[in-house]
Amino acid sequence: MDYNTAIVLAGVSILGLTAGSVGSFLVLRKRALAGDALAHASLPGLVGAFLLFERRELFILLAGALVSGLIGIAVVAILSRYTRIKEDASIGIVLSVFFGLGIVLSRFVQNRTTAGSKAGLDSFLLGKTAGIIAQDVLFIAVVAGFTLALLLLMFKEFKVVTFDQGFARAQGWPTVPLDFCLLALVAVNVMIGLPAVGVVLVAALLILPASAARFWTDRLGHMVLLSAMFGGGIGIVGTLLSANVSGLPAGPVIVLSGTVLLLFSMLASPRRGLLAKSWRDFWWARSIEQRCLLQEIYEETERAGGSPPTKADVVHRATESWALSRLVRAGWVELQEGRVRLTSSGLVRGQEVVLGSRLWQAYLEEYPDQAGPLADLSMESIDGILPVELVTHLQRLVREQGRWPALSMGEPT
Amino acid sequence: MSDLLSTSAIWTMVVGILAGACCASVGCYLVLRRMSMLGDAISHSVLPGIAVAVLWSGEFGGWPSFVGALALGGLCTLLIELLHRQGGLSADSSMGVVFSGLFSLGVIIITREARRKHIDADCILFGLIEAVPLDTVPLAGMQIPRAVLTLGAVAILVTAVILLLWKEFKIVSFDAALASAMGLSASVVHYLLMTLVAIVAVACFEAVGSIVVVALFIVPPATAHLLTDRLGTMMALSIVVSAVAAVVGYILAAIFNTSVAGMIAVVCGMEFALAVILGPRHGILSKMYRQFSLSVRIAAEDYLGRLFREEEVLQGQRPAESVPTAPTAGVLIDRFARRYAKQAGWIAQQGESTVLTQPGRLRAEEVVQSHRLWQEFAGGNLSLPADHRHEAAHRLEHIISPALRDELAREIRSYDHGDDLPK
Repeated sequence: MDYNTAIVLAGVSILGLTAGSVGSFLVLRKRALAGDALAHASLPGLVGAFLLFERRELFILLAGALVSGLIGIAVVAILSRYTRIKEDASIGIVLSVFFGLGIVLSRFVQNRTTAGSKAGLDSFLLGKTAGIIAQDVLFIAVVAGFTLALLLLMFKEFKVVTFDQGFARAQGWPTVPLDFCLLALVAVNVMIGLPAVGVVLVAALLILPASAARFWTDRLGHMVLLSAMFGGGIGIVGTLLSANVSGLPAGPVIVLSGTVLLLFSMLASPRRGLLAKSWRDFWWARSIEQRCLLQEIYEETERAGGSPPTKADVVHRATESWALSRLVRAGWVELQEGRVRLTSSGLVRGQEVVLGSRLWQAYLEEYPDQAGPLADLSMESIDGILPVELVTHLQRLVREQGRWPALSMGEPT
Repeated sequence: MSDLLSTSAIWTMVVGILAGACCASVGCYLVLRRMSMLGDAISHSVLPGIAVAVLWSGEFGGWPSFVGALALGGLCTLLIELLHRQGGLSADSSMGVVFSGLFSLGVIIITREARRKHIDADCILFGLIEAVPLDTVPLAGMQIPRAVLTLGAVAILVTAVILLLWKEFKIVSFDAALASAMGLSASVVHYLLMTLVAIVAVACFEAVGSIVVVALFIVPPATAHLLTDRLGTMMALSIVVSAVAAVVGYILAAIFNTSVAGMIAVVCGMEFALAVILGPRHGILSKMYRQFSLSVRIAAEDYLGRLFREEEVLQGQRPAESVPTAPTAGVLIDRFARRYAKQAGWIAQQGESTVLTQPGRLRAEEVVQSHRLWQEFAGGNLSLPADHRHEAAHRLEHIISPALRDELAREIRSYDHGDDLPK
């Protein structure tokens, strides 16, 4: 690996690292698009700084970008707070108008000065990692170090503001300054991301690692760490790809590798992932179907005064006949001459299932108004869900109605 | 300046106006349904569709890019929904993720192929409205720019769909639950609208580029939303706003020799800023004026109340400590309040002191009566402790209608505190 690639890699991975950690708060606060507005709003400041100072030091350009980005985000806040314009429209307005202004200004640059001056600014639109030099990396590293230190120092404060504004206010935390502090951190990180990823895509660098990390953990600390690692990782992967394959711009490649990471997380995460979820759903549906079938067999038998129903009585769908064979395998029912007969263990199990269902039914009949919040009909038994006195009451009720399941099988014929 | 009236200048403005009209009318629904950023997302996401179509057909614009962009617009809407509903991402994250992913894909395709085919990322981001008059087709003996024909066709389509489905779009925009209850499928209307957004975004793309399309989608409707409460008026106003932006933007861009598309966005922003400040009902100035005149009225009523209570003390009806000594309003408001009361003929100067006139006394009696009614109500019906009643009544005394006052009086006389009230 040559020196230049090493420099760029260092810069982009530090950038991804901090963007990932700050992005966690942004995503949890449901402000993903505010980052986008900030990034777009930074363009006029960037170009304006160049017009004003006629210099191309990264520091000066990014300071300009920071100022106009912060103005943009302040306008979003003011518009959605003091006018009837909603937040989404405020974001859209700031994003597009500021960006338009940036284009207007950048044409001034193009018209004016010597050739080549525009090329430098152009790279800020879609990003150009190749232009990063050691000095820039130092600058990025300083900003990143500051950001991470602040995040570490104020972790508790940021956490409470992110998760429960009302609680934070009630506890006497200065929520507005804290919130602003978070947004300012986001702004600073958007700025240092501009040279590598560009105005249009830099917000994705904040959102993608954090959204991906969210799938793997429910703890903020873990999420921030993971998101930082993801951010650094996609930065490295994207830069390497772009350096080694010609014609691959770094910014979009970084974003695409982030997208792939996110999609993978969405599919494969053990708890919140789609695969795990559909796996769980599948087993859940299977067990419910089995339970319902057992209940039906029991009740049919009960209705017929103890004589087992035929298979056709209880099996109506293909999936039910699979459930039946599972019941047979479990040893709860046996098939005799086309009739479905409960075994002695099946009788006990069936009794539990039917009792649970009848108690739920009694509860719904007795307290229909409470059914919404309290009843979880997917649960087999009311024990542990409803209060103990209520359970006793319902049990008595079912007994009085003569619906207590007490089936005894005749001897096999 | 003479070139502002040249054919190419006029055609450019026509394109700007047509693009603005299409975007602004569809954008009204986006803004009202709080989906503004969906317009942004779609206009970014169509990029790979256009790129692939350009690679396949070898030319920018025309049917292939239209179809490609439309497909990607639909895909973008579906993906956002999918990641949000099934994947468990929050709505805004899923939007940000989908459009930046698709946009990146588009940029990569374009930069990889840029050397072989004539296609440029800049052109797609900013559009090149200045180049519009160069690409013409002959029609009825005239050389008409192709963009005018495309945008004209899209404008007709948009108008037709909006007029045909006016009622449906309206009800889904304002009350999706009611629409569903009435048997109107909100999701069908939603996807129809998104298709419309995609069509418009694609058609305007060539002219103004992906990000200024967003300005035309959101800013004119938001401006109109500040000026009116009726959907029809809002749509008409937003079309006017966008047309003004197109013309003024072109002229300013010609004067300063800069990007037309960017200037159109900037002018949109200026119009919006004007509406925010000067809007008749929702503007900041008129809101400030309303608040100011309300506080003057309240201060004037407080002033009358003080004078009335002083009279009561003089006549020996009440102890002196029941009269508040200082005005509750600030100095400035208090001065305006006195002038307001004098102009209304409620008070008059009598030697050194200010006294109530007859109409002023009647008005003051109403205020004080309201105050005492609310005070009783706060104690009797709201069970506020005695030292909290005055504050509550002091705020509420200004918000009362004659009917409500009578009702309060009946209510309170029914529990025997009636003797405290001024007759």
